[in-house]
Amino acid sequence: MNAIPPLFDVARVRAQFPILSQTVRGKQLVFLDSAASAQKPRAVIDAMVGAMETQYANIHRGLHWMSERTTDAYEATRDAAARLLNARDRHEIVFVRNSTEAINLVAHSYGRGIMKPGQAVLISGMEHHSNIVPWQMLRDAHGTELRVAPVNEAGELDMAAFEALLADGRVGLVAITHMSNVLGSYTPAERIAKLAHAHGAKVLFDGSQAIVHRRVDVQAIDADFYCFTGHKLYGPTGIGVLWARRELLDAMPPWMGGGDMISSVTYERSTWAEVPHKFEAGTPAILEGIGLHAAIQFMEGIGYDAIAAHEAALTEHALARLSAIEGVRVIGRAQDRGGVVSFTLDRAHAHDVATLLDRQGIAVRAGHHCAEPLMRSLGLDSTARASFGIYTTPDEIDVLADTLGRIREFFA
Amino acid sequence: MFEDVRDLYNATIIERGRRPQHMHRLEAFDATAQGDNPMCGDRVRVWVKFATDGAIAETGFDARGCEISKASADLMVEAVQGRQPADARALFAAFRTLAQTGQCPACAEALAPLLPLASVHEYPSRVKCATLAWQALVAALDQPAGTTGETSRE
Ligand SMILES: Cc1ncc(COP(=O)(O)O)c(C=O)c1O
Repeated sequence: MNAIPPLFDVARVRAQFPILSQTVRGKQLVFLDSAASAQKPRAVIDAMVGAMETQYANIHRGLHWMSERTTDAYEATRDAAARLLNARDRHEIVFVRNSTEAINLVAHSYGRGIMKPGQAVLISGMEHHSNIVPWQMLRDAHGTELRVAPVNEAGELDMAAFEALLADGRVGLVAITHMSNVLGSYTPAERIAKLAHAHGAKVLFDGSQAIVHRRVDVQAIDADFYCFTGHKLYGPTGIGVLWARRELLDAMPPWMGGGDMISSVTYERSTWAEVPHKFEAGTPAILEGIGLHAAIQFMEGIGYDAIAAHEAALTEHALARLSAIEGVRVIGRAQDRGGVVSFTLDRAHAHDVATLLDRQGIAVRAGHHCAEPLMRSLGLDSTARASFGIYTTPDEIDVLADTLGRIREFFA
Repeated sequence: MFEDVRDLYNATIIERGRRPQHMHRLEAFDATAQGDNPMCGDRVRVWVKFATDGAIAETGFDARGCEISKASADLMVEAVQGRQPADARALFAAFRTLAQTGQCPACAEALAPLLPLASVHEYPSRVKCATLAWQALVAALDQPAGTTGETSRE
């Protein structure tokens, strides 16, 4: 039996985001910058405020009622994140501040602790700086090599070149985005994992963008590491998730020392807590963790089928509308893509475009999007980027397109 | 539709942003430096030649960036022409205040050519676009004679 796609009512979704009724400079807000950070639904706001008002205390250490309630709430997020990613085991969920910290954790702990000098890390030509710089630092500190698999004209990972870079068997870790924050392209995660494993490498996916738009199953992908950042998933800042296979986490040394991550401490030596706590030194982002749980439940409540269908329709509409404007060039034409659309306008620099859009209440991002090497390979120094969320409407895309046409006239 | 941005995107800025008059490399120069804005990827390089009395004899620039950063660099070249480095620095300090606040308390005559940029303070994310070329200029002035290429970051 075919599943009937759940009805997606964007007006009802929007009603759950208090900020969307704001006006900006006297105009209705058109928020097209969710890829930088998404807005927060009422459920997330209430969860965080509610925890502060009724049960807040430090976790994992109090023997009192407040601490126990808050510990339970925080740890329930671990279960929710495990479910979201289809992890085998809740202990595979490590809480971090964001994707950047997740990748740095892997670079320090797996990179320095497990990888050997002379091994290579393979990234792609469309990474965010957070998935470039930690590997350069590892290279310089530990003597690993950094390899970059190119991206083709359309903005897709060049799979032949990718495979060729694995061929000598020296790649110990593939670290690659699951969806580009500039081009909107997805990468073929299953194929990447299969190829990586066939050549003896582990694989880390930066899911910062992908998980916002698409169901992620780390077991189906056969990933080794997967990370995401809460604030792009309609959750709070300051909380993110690193998922890794249990046996990898068990073998990896901790990278920060302190409270919460130990089993016992003497001046001679300390022993580590079990995973994931071994990697969670210090008082964590408790309220943000609780907020993330609400965000995950919010996503599950709508359902990824509905989210993906809504965003696919939006993306198609946006590509059609933007491509029809004279002088607009859409950057990235991947077959498999999501709701992030970068573009340039022939008559004006992206910053000027963004400023004029802003004056009409339209928020987009302009610049290099923390992906300077990609921009350079595209021969660009900046683009404007419109990115969509569950609350984005086709009307908002029309407003963007109409306004871009007027901006072009302004700079005539 | 865009009447409200004419304060910043006025005729001077549009004209200078589109057809800068001083956007060229100096063949002979005494100092050069680059300004980078890591927030947005804008980049300006400035070349300076000094007169025998130490005054700024000639300035040229190359810019990759928006209308505001190019127009500002272009106006800067004229504003610092013939000035001693110390005066150019003082002018930058005054201009920075103008760009950040819209105020120029001791609004010297020297600042007059830069007034088309005055309303950039109403666009806080664009203030750095307007000051980037100045950062590069000051970095060039800071260089010990004979060295080149220092990067300044705003
Ligand atoms: C693809 C990608 N990776 C990593 C990041 C970094 O996320 P964060 O700044 O939350 O660590 C971002 C967002 O900025 C991103 O888009």
